[in-house]
Amino acid sequence: MSAIALTLGPVFFHWSPDRLLDFYRRIADEAPIDRVHVGEVICGKRMPFSDPAWPEIIERLERAGKEVVLSTLAAPATVRERRSIADLCTDERLVEINDVTALPSRSGKPFVTGPFLNVYNEAAARFMIQHGATTICPPVELSLAAVGAMAGACPEAEFEIFVFGRLPLALSGRCYHARIHGLHKDSCQFTCEQDLDGLAVDTLDDQQFLAINGVQTLSNQVQAFCPAPADLTSRGVRRIRLSPHTCDMVEVAKTYRALADGREDPKAARFILSCLDLPSTLVDGYAHGKPGWLPAPSI
Amino acid sequence: MTSGRMELVCPAGTPATLRAAVQAGADAVYCGFRDETNARNFPGLNFSGEELAEGVRFAHDHGSKVLVAINTFARVNDVDLWKKAADTAAECGANAIIAADIAVLDHVAKNHKQVRLHLSVQAAAATPEAIGFYATNFGIRRVVLPRVLSVQEIAALNRAIDVETEAFVFGGLCVMIEGRCYLSSYATGKSPNLNGVCSPPEMVSYDDEPNSTAARLSGYTIDRYEPGEPVGYPTLCKGKFKAGGKTSYLFEDPVSLNAGGMIAGLKAAGVTALKIEGRQRGKGYVTEVVRAFRKAVDAVEQGGDAIEIDRILAGQSEGSRQTAGAYSKKWR
Repeated sequence: MSAIALTLGPVFFHWSPDRLLDFYRRIADEAPIDRVHVGEVICGKRMPFSDPAWPEIIERLERAGKEVVLSTLAAPATVRERRSIADLCTDERLVEINDVTALPSRSGKPFVTGPFLNVYNEAAARFMIQHGATTICPPVELSLAAVGAMAGACPEAEFEIFVFGRLPLALSGRCYHARIHGLHKDSCQFTCEQDLDGLAVDTLDDQQFLAINGVQTLSNQVQAFCPAPADLTSRGVRRIRLSPHTCDMVEVAKTYRALADGREDPKAARFILSCLDLPSTLVDGYAHGKPGWLPAPSI
Repeated sequence: MTSGRMELVCPAGTPATLRAAVQAGADAVYCGFRDETNARNFPGLNFSGEELAEGVRFAHDHGSKVLVAINTFARVNDVDLWKKAADTAAECGANAIIAADIAVLDHVAKNHKQVRLHLSVQAAAATPEAIGFYATNFGIRRVVLPRVLSVQEIAALNRAIDVETEAFVFGGLCVMIEGRCYLSSYATGKSPNLNGVCSPPEMVSYDDEPNSTAARLSGYTIDRYEPGEPVGYPTLCKGKFKAGGKTSYLFEDPVSLNAGGMIAGLKAAGVTALKIEGRQRGKGYVTEVVRAFRKAVDAVEQGGDAIEIDRILAGQSEGSRQTAGAYSKKWR
């Protein structure tokens, strides 16, 4: 096994079941990824659409030798959403916890803490490890140095850093897709399905800034942190996370695999990523402890 | 969980506002230390250990409680600073510590059993399972409710949990789920969770341009004002943005929360305590708002009708627009 493992995070966007099936079929067959997260994490109202697709997707991924992780909702509210979390937590597969709601059902069995769960320091990480966390992917606003410091203090767990994709910046009780279409969340008409990578939010001066995805706000810019492998391994960070977009994710995965194996240097990796059909420009400020929007160093 | 008389929890950014809030009728005041351990880490605000000890004496002498907010997330390798803040709060005789981070909750639960633990809104615990988890593991006695729940949902939640609930009724309104928003650090490098600040003033600029003034945060234009129009503070989530071919206050209009009209509903929903936001506010403001809410809460407790409550709270808007937020389902 390679020193640095690759994770494909959950799809944040409201993709149709057909799109999800096509996407994961290609990931299963072609992407050099070790672990794949599946499941809806942003909006419980989307679950009736995607739920029927997951069994086939999981079967296909596992047949291709991928480790499948079941991701759970980040902001559960309704009885149905809470029940779905409890049900997923009984699964023998690894589960990703994105809200404390899942902890009572999963405590004592292995889980991943996702970037929506506030694990900011070694004491919180240790607490999660005692409850069963085996992989910890901290909030995206933490720097590599901070994640590395946690990893150094908690060698018994694997630490993961979010390296690629629009950054998940906020969740709300309010649906912005509904609001922008003059609707309310409770009768939203699923307008978020029109924006497969999220809907760009620009300032009054046309600066690219944010993106909305239902109740979620993301960065407009695309995180494209391309560390040299030693920057990760020297800090005990052993896993990197790619977040799905409509661009060629197999190419993204191949680029990061080559970077992690030392076959591609960071500049070359960034160049390859910049040539893809991405929704915006590349940033990596958070990884360096700076504002998240700061551009990734140009080639 | 049902309650007796509802408790009015009021902001105290300074020793002077603490005294003002107590004298205006606060059942409890909440405050924080002068550092990044609390979510209102603004220049010129907050308490030293000595000031807190003095404030606790004053409040207790007047029959009020003091709740100390240590509600940011401890920085890696610096957790001791947050633990020390909790130790100081306990030594000062605080009635409760309001915390969100597991490291802080765990420290207080293990070392200061005599101090009540309140789960901060920053922990974003909105389900019986999440609240139950914090109650089982840390013995929290109260949860400050995330501002995503409607009054009906709060009632259902209260039937399912056995800790007290505290609900915001007035003041600044976060549109995003608090504790789970990194918009500020994305633009400025400083965030509520890590630094106790949102849209920090040192990153704000007001730029006069032909026929308008632009309010910017870290160079990002958050809003633009015509000459003569009142200029607002560029809080990220209250800005005017372009999306989907429309220009609008996409996330939220520049409004503040006023759920004064829902006090009776919140009481019926089993809420124990009502919270007024505004530790950054001065003595005069705090006195006026606390006095009005004191009267309103007392009127509700005595069975006053909605018209009477509206009359008492009329004038608490500072001329700005207000919303009942998520308490009304249509907000979502």
